[in-house]
Amino acid sequence: MWAVIVKNLGLLINATLIATPPLLLAALGSCFSERSGVVNIGIEGMMTIGAFTGAAVALATGNGWIGFLCGGLAGAVFGVIHAIACVSMHADQTIAGTAINFIGPGLAVFLCKAMYDNSSDTPALEASAKLPKMFNGVFKTGSFGSNVLNVYSVAYLVFIFAVICWFVFYKTRLGAHLRAVGEHPEACESLGINVYRVRYICVIVSGFMAGLGGAFCTLATVNQFRPSVIVGQGFIAIAAVIFGKFSPGGAAAACLLFGFCNGVKTLASQGNVVSPNLISMIPYIVTILALILFVGKAHAPAANGKPFYKSK
Amino acid sequence: MKQKILKSNLIFTLLSIVIGFIIGAIFLVVAKISPAEAYGKLWHSVMDKPKYWMWTFTYASPLIFTGLSVAFSFRTGIFNIGAEGQFVVGSLAACVVGILVDVPAYIHVPLCILVGALAGFFWSFLVAMMKIKRGIHEVLSFIMFNWIAFYLSNYVVNLRAIHKPSSEATKDVMDSARILFPKSLLKLVECKAANWGFVMAIVAAIIIWVIIEKTTLGYKLKAVGSNNSAALYAGINSDRSVLTALGISGALAGLGGAVQVLGMAGRLSQFAGQEGYGFDGITVALIGGSNPIGCIFSGIFYGAMKYGGTKLTMVHAPSEVVNIIMGCIVLCIAISPGIKMALSRLGKKGGK
Amino acid sequence: MGRVSHMDPAVEVIAMKDIVKKFGDFTANDHINLTLHKGEVHAILGENGAGKSTLMNVLCGLYRPTSGQIYIKGKETVFSGPKDAIDQGIGMVHQHFMLIQPFTVLDNIILGVEPTSGLVINKKDARKKIMELSEQYAMKIDLDAKIEDISVGMQQRVEILKVLYRGAETLILDEPTASLTPQEIEGLMDIIANLTKDGKSVIIITHKLKEIMASSDNCTIIRQGKYIDTVDVSKSSENELAAMMVGREVNFKVDKKDQEPGELVLEVKNLHAKDYRGVEVLKGLNLKVHAGEITGLAGVDGNGQTELVEILTGLKKAESGEVRVLGKDIFNKSPKATFDAGVSSIPADRQKHGLILDFAIEDNLIMQHFNEEPFASKGFLQRKAIRKNATELMEKFDVRPRGTEGKPAKTLSGGNQQKVIIAREVTNDKELLIAVNPTRGLDVGAIEFVHKYLVEQRNKGRAVLLVSFELDEVMDLSDRIEVIFDGQITGSVSGKEADEKELGYMMAGGKKE
Repeated sequence: MWAVIVKNLGLLINATLIATPPLLLAALGSCFSERSGVVNIGIEGMMTIGAFTGAAVALATGNGWIGFLCGGLAGAVFGVIHAIACVSMHADQTIAGTAINFIGPGLAVFLCKAMYDNSSDTPALEASAKLPKMFNGVFKTGSFGSNVLNVYSVAYLVFIFAVICWFVFYKTRLGAHLRAVGEHPEACESLGINVYRVRYICVIVSGFMAGLGGAFCTLATVNQFRPSVIVGQGFIAIAAVIFGKFSPGGAAAACLLFGFCNGVKTLASQGNVVSPNLISMIPYIVTILALILFVGKAHAPAANGKPFYKSK
Repeated sequence: MKQKILKSNLIFTLLSIVIGFIIGAIFLVVAKISPAEAYGKLWHSVMDKPKYWMWTFTYASPLIFTGLSVAFSFRTGIFNIGAEGQFVVGSLAACVVGILVDVPAYIHVPLCILVGALAGFFWSFLVAMMKIKRGIHEVLSFIMFNWIAFYLSNYVVNLRAIHKPSSEATKDVMDSARILFPKSLLKLVECKAANWGFVMAIVAAIIIWVIIEKTTLGYKLKAVGSNNSAALYAGINSDRSVLTALGISGALAGLGGAVQVLGMAGRLSQFAGQEGYGFDGITVALIGGSNPIGCIFSGIFYGAMKYGGTKLTMVHAPSEVVNIIMGCIVLCIAISPGIKMALSRLGKKGGK
Repeated sequence: MGRVSHMDPAVEVIAMKDIVKKFGDFTANDHINLTLHKGEVHAILGENGAGKSTLMNVLCGLYRPTSGQIYIKGKETVFSGPKDAIDQGIGMVHQHFMLIQPFTVLDNIILGVEPTSGLVINKKDARKKIMELSEQYAMKIDLDAKIEDISVGMQQRVEILKVLYRGAETLILDEPTASLTPQEIEGLMDIIANLTKDGKSVIIITHKLKEIMASSDNCTIIRQGKYIDTVDVSKSSENELAAMMVGREVNFKVDKKDQEPGELVLEVKNLHAKDYRGVEVLKGLNLKVHAGEITGLAGVDGNGQTELVEILTGLKKAESGEVRVLGKDIFNKSPKATFDAGVSSIPADRQKHGLILDFAIEDNLIMQHFNEEPFASKGFLQRKAIRKNATELMEKFDVRPRGTEGKPAKTLSGGNQQKVIIAREVTNDKELLIAVNPTRGLDVGAIEFVHKYLVEQRNKGRAVLLVSFELDEVMDLSDRIEVIFDGQITGSVSGKEADEKELGYMMAGGKKE
């Protein structure tokens, strides 16, 4: 009895630790962008391009970390595109993000087919080319220790990321500036803060983090790129940011909730008693209920979504 | 003057399409595929024969519906990113009724279409209620509802009553519920999926255009959408307007789902990922300038790209180039305000 | 007045020479000159839209001049951005405060120049420095309060401290007295005196002549973007300045014949209400407005006026009390019900509440009647009737340019936008007309126009409730003045007997003896 509980708890934590990191990375990045006043609905596309780049680079170099980093950089490139469109060209941010969601996945699969013999999946990665696990071989496979501790090191790293983000937001100049820019860009400009630069930085960070999140999916969760590898995680990350009221801490908590629901889902679908499709709805229904019962209105940053025109 | 602005918007849209194709060509070259060959294939597989046109129209029908859904929501001030979910529940409802209810065609078809529209209406209405009653950000709940619809559909598809054994899909919708052209006509146009959906989409577009431009209902919804505070001040009930606007928007997406199932598909398959009709609707609405009539043309354009895209594999070009092109077009349309501003500044400098 | 000048005419701090600033084809500043000395208070006078703010935005680095030079302490200087101006000791307090609402006072003051130790912002030193400044110039503030929770007067002090914290030697104050009580204005004058005594120079942008006379050494007058003159204030008079400002003699008094008030139109009894944060803002307010008179509601922004108007127009729910129009209960009724009961209004924020900027002018003119005959029939809009209505109203109320019935309202100037609203609300011809800051941001011509129509409604026997933060406006127009302070009416005087000192005293919470 006791052993069963421990084992299942271990599995639950394990599943949570696998499901949370991509969401958390993308959501933390999204906090930067949204708080600086740029709506980034293109997270999904940025994650997908990051997922593909991560897998492709890891395949070429055999090194998961390089793949991971390059996934982030690919996301950052799309961040640059989004920033040029939204900050410099005053584009409608939702529309630009929608475009990114077309181009990102489209380009990922396009390149995949062009590079890997017209297949929409990349070849499978060797275990050595994936991101490393922390305690490989220390614990017995399937044991509680293995489930909880021998996970991909990035799974723990992301929580440190969350703390860093919180620190940047509330303790550093960049954080103060980005929060101010999202509320009242004209005031910031009058104080000599370069609104465009702050927003560029934030949107690019957002792309970079989304790319990292995508790369985690191909380099840890599964072992290859396929078109369905991201399926909506970018949108879930956006939801988590709104759910968490646009703060890194809140977004992290929301991501953990989603990840945990995912863990429950994994566990519950083992017995095959309930349809996996019904179980898959749990995270979304929980979110809706939580919103209706507890959270209610989230106050978006005052200047969110509004293009800023520099004085001449 | 108004004519001029309209014209310039049209020019920008056309210019965006050209730029989209140029960028697509660059990627094709990078992938060592001749753009001339790929685009030639695209062109020929859409234009060469009347039956290809029919296929294009068939592909376009659901896109026009979701495009109308999103365009209507844009015009009434709320971004319906949930057209995807509304489309799915619409197709699901129409499919279930189409399989399980056995009535004559003259009842069956309207019934299936009606439940499809109602399902979409209901799905969107819930989100609107949450927005009004609890102030919940609609983008957030739309995203959640998209996924609930997705899994709900997959769940229902696998229910014994409607599942087709050893397949990934439901049984076929009864013939009495299909909206295909009559057999003789199908033979004539040489397209086995040709159906009335396209005609319905055009009728819907005209109705929506009339509602937006000519009626007091349109005035009310647009007033709330453009400036909620002023509408309130003038005594317009904004809550009811939001419910109405999102309800109609959802019903349109639901109709699109019904048309897809009763027309081209004939059954519902288990999804691996989201089908994307709702997201495609955003593109259709944007290219169509959020104008219902514009949506007809942009829907046909997108339908042609989708249909033509399926033929690209014949020249070993990934069909995803279509997505890249569409994305670039949308991006260009998005930045057109900035470009217009830059152009007008250039124009002034040049003039002096 | 007892004003002591601290100006040192020997030291030129700033000189602006032949400044031209164009926006497209529009010339906002046309060869303007300005010289500022150490310890000087220099007023810049001009109507709304004359180009005062543009000139100051050039001086504080937000705009780059099309041509002309700026000399700082005799040296020609070019600003590439606000930061350069700040570095040169020039700081501006904008009319619409540039404060981040959810940030604390401290965070706002140090924004952009945060001291750091390592990566972390070090607030300890900043706090000490601000406290010193605050004591030196006698400006009380609460460093840890959030901006959204403090009064307008304190927000202004935050803005001044923000500029001083950056080491400003020259302070530009844009319409600094717009929403202050007479007492708070005196406090501000003291602060300015402290600053100049310390050798700092101050530029005040204003259109209030009285304040210029009371505070300034010199005054530069700008009209329609052009430099008119710079005069020594002590050798000039209010009338002379006014004539230079508008280019003709002006009559400030509104013509209004005596008339007996009629029946009771609006009655508010013991009204209690909370604001959006749940703080009680109306604390048992009582108010009566009669037909055939203009009742002015005088008070400083934030004493419950906004909430009162929102309740009267049905936009906000009150906690308890009674509201009646012509005896009919409209307490907590919908906007539509209050309108039907006889309340129309000219809202404070014309772009937010008054107009749908994207809608055509003709559609804005039928906002309360869009689904009534003749504008609608069987659910369809009747374009011909809508257009005809617009053409007539635009003619009658002089909305320019003509022939723009189908153009979006956003293409009109502010004054003409206000005319559209007035045309609509006056044509509604309801028993009660509520006008909230109806002339804010308008030029003299438009102000005269607005006042004319308010008086006309009164003369027709309608009740008018004028809510305005401009005490002069309230005093010029009202038959009766009610003073609102802290959610209650604290005093009531006849318009003829009103005395500015006494009103100011009551607006700041003093009771009438």
